[in-house]
Formats: sequence, structure tokens, C-alpha cells
Amino acid sequence: MGWIGETMDSIKSIKIRQLLTQAVTLGMIVTSALIIWKGLMCVTGTESPVVVVLSGSMEPGFQRGDILFLTMTKEPIRTGEIVVFKIDGRDIPIVHRAIEVHERKTTGAVDVLTKGDNNEVDDIGLYADGQMWLHRHHIMGRAVAFLPYVGWVTIIMTEKPIIKYILIGALGLLVITSKD
Amino acid sequence: MHSFGYRANALLTFAVTILAFICAIASFSDNFSNQTPSAQIQILNINWFQKQPHGNDEVSLTLNITADLQSLFTWNTKQVFAFVAAEYKTSKNSLNQVSLWDAIIPEKEQANFWIQISNKYRFIDQGHNLRGKEFNLTLHWHVMPKTGKMFADKIVMSGYRLPNAYR
Repeated sequence: MGWIGETMDSIKSIKIRQLLTQAVTLGMIVTSALIIWKGLMCVTGTESPVVVVLSGSMEPGFQRGDILFLTMTKEPIRTGEIVVFKIDGRDIPIVHRAIEVHERKTTGAVDVLTKGDNNEVDDIGLYADGQMWLHRHHIMGRAVAFLPYVGWVTIIMTEKPIIKYILIGALGLLVITSKD
Repeated sequence: MHSFGYRANALLTFAVTILAFICAIASFSDNFSNQTPSAQIQILNINWFQKQPHGNDEVSLTLNITADLQSLFTWNTKQVFAFVAAEYKTSKNSLNQVSLWDAIIPEKEQANFWIQISNKYRFIDQGHNLRGKEFNLTLHWHVMPKTGKMFADKIVMSGYRLPNAYR
């Protein structure tokens, strides 16, 4: 009896230790991802340092599935810059080029007009009703760098959530079952 | 330790690392290209110049644009976006930039061009300050790479002036 009990105890203790290790590993992965994301937010000054291009309005420069790296510095916005903006009352940010800028002398406030390179007309039709210009607070950042195709991963995951769950499940299983 | 999964993971990680490294080097190599773009713009005609019913000045111009942007192309260049903007100051605004014309240049062979065109986008002031206004015409370019950092610069051409009266 004593021998069996001892063995059981040792097995139990190993299980618990292993379980704890796996939990810590998983926690480390999640927190380091979070740290990287928040760190990027600090460095770039924008709330979304990386965006995925969702539409073809900037083709052939940017295609659906490309990712853009954004920064938001204090420097004034100028024509030609590719800005990411969000219209009040709409969730999805838009990536287009500024084609007109009027900067107020007294306040430094800007009126910006944008247009997609691949679109025939400017964006006034996309803005909120009666809105003629974008202002500083609409603009989330400007695109500084570009990486093709990588964004397809997130597009697929948002459009086919089942794949996301399978992937998360498989990764979780891998982390839990992997030895050392 | 030497299971299939472990090896597949190691291979994938290595491949992605190498790919990222190559992309970074390709983007970095853009810094060493010798860029000597040139441009001239003439205003051939003021097609019309008027005050809109609600008070903003609008002008229509015919431009003659000559530019050579071939030196901007490198092996990592997907396209160059070129545009011409009018820049001027008014009593209300410290800077007004209005795009007049733009083009996507996909290949180096098309980057040495000459075009005669009236403004593609409307040249409208915020107010009625355009009579006799001196302004700059600026050729901007935005180099969009196959991967990595984007580059932008401009050539400023000054000394243009709009007529003193509407026509």
C-alpha cells in the first residue's frame, strides 16, 4: 500500500508541476504578444500600428491582404501622404491618399481631402453626411512601410471564423501536450 | 525532440526568418540608389477663372509637365505615384495644397514623360483669394516598394501667378 501511495503521489506532483509550467508558458506567449503590440503603440504613437488593407481602392500600390505600418507623429499632414482615417459613426478605417490640405494660420487646424489612387472620384461621398473635410481627429496614422500578402491570415480568419478556432485549438493543444 | 512536428516547426521558423531578413535587406538597399529626378512645369493657358456662387474662387489651367523620374526606380520599386500640387498662402491659411494632376507610373520606361493636360482635380480656394495670387507648383513623388519602407520627396517650382481679374 505504502509503495503504491508513494508512486501515486509522485505522479500527481509531476502532473501538477507540468500543468503549471504549461500554464506559465502559455501566459508568457500571450503577454509577450501584448507587450509587443502595446510597445509598438507607444513607439508609433497610433492606436493601431499595423493595419490590413481590405479594399482595392489603392491598387496597384496596395492590394487586399497587404499590411501597412503606421505612425502618428506631430508633423503636419501634407498632400501625397497615405493616411488612415475613421469616419465618425463607422468602425472600419480607410486607407487613402491626401490630395488637398488647407492649414489654418491661427489654430494650425487642417482640412484634408482624400482619394483612393484607384478610385475615379475623391472621398467626399465616403465621409459623413454634409462632411466636406477630414480633420486631425479623424486621422489615425500615416502609412510608412508596407508588407505584401501577410494580412491574408487575418482576412481569412475574420471571414471564416471556424479556421480561427481550429488554429487556436491546435496551437493550444500543441502547447499543452508538448514536452519540454 | 526529433519528432515530425518539431522539425516542421523549426523549418517554418527558419524560412520565415530568412524571408523577413531578405525583405529588410531589399528595403534597406533602396537607401543606396542615386536619385536625380528632374521636372519642368509650364502653365500654357488659364482656361477660365471665376468666383463660384457660394464665394470660392475656382480656376482651370492647362499644364505642360515634363519630368524624368527614371532614377527613382530600383529593383524593389512596385510603382511611383507622381502628382502636381499648387501651393500657396492666404490670409486665413498658412498653407494650401491642392492636387491638380496625378499619375501612377508602374514601370521605369514610362517614368520619362511629357504631358499636356488641364487640371484633373478642381482647383478651388477656401475663399476668394486667388486673384493675382502667387503660387508654387510642386511635383511630388511617392515611391511604393514591393516591400518595406516608402519614400517621398518633391521638386518645388516657384514664380507662378494667377491673373488679376476673373475671366
